Amino acid sequence: MPTAIFRDEVRRLVQEEGAQLVDVLPREEYEEEHLPHAINIPLKELDRETIARLNRDARVIVYCHDYQ
Amino acid sequence: MSPRAAWRLEGLGFERVYDYVPGKADWFASGLPKEGNLALSPTIGDAARRDVPTCAPVEKIGVVRERVRKMGWDRCVVVNKERVVLGLLRDKELSSDPKAPVEEAMRNGPATFRPNEPVGKMAQRMQDREATAVLVTTSDGRLVGLLYREDAERLAGVQT
Repeated sequence: MPTAIFRDEVRRLVQEEGAQLVDVLPREEYEEEHLPHAINIPLKELDRETIARLNRDARVIVYCHDYQ
Repeated sequence: MSPRAAWRLEGLGFERVYDYVPGKADWFASGLPKEGNLALSPTIGDAARRDVPTCAPVEKIGVVRERVRKMGWDRCVVVNKERVVLGLLRDKELSSDPKAPVEEAMRNGPATFRPNEPVGKMAQRMQDREATAVLVTTSDGRLVGLLYREDAERLAGVQT
């Protein structure tokens, strides 16, 4: 089950654990603003091909705009 | 959207998946760094004066007034140990009974704004409401600084 986390834990996981940040918003919204070093895989494009960019051995943090 | 993405990733074989539920709205409202085409647009967090004096609710008005005026300010933000904003002392409150504790004289629950608000919009809003200054805090209420309208207008002018 995915774990819900908040800002401080995001920072810790990225800085200390090398977690990967994935912005799942549409590309236009990602291009306007996103978290540092986040990559963009829009939810509609999330499949075996697009996730090949991710390291399966590392933690993955997904986010969108807010509680959507 | 992110919960569905997190479940989808687990379904695709990822074992350590986390969902940053409050998302980028929370991140930006905290004044944390960002990237992207709009990342360099000026925000009120850029213009807020971070050296605004602060005091604790249990301090005496007279002591705070002396400190604030020595620093050349005419207002002071009341915060707790976590720097969460509790109130505001303007010139009027700073001039009240010097022996009274701050918490009795302060203006409770002043309006606050997030640091990622575009500075141009805020300058216009402050003009419309004839506000000379507003408080800027993170989404969890911690003080970022005090934004003066003149600073917002100056930075917005640079933007246009």
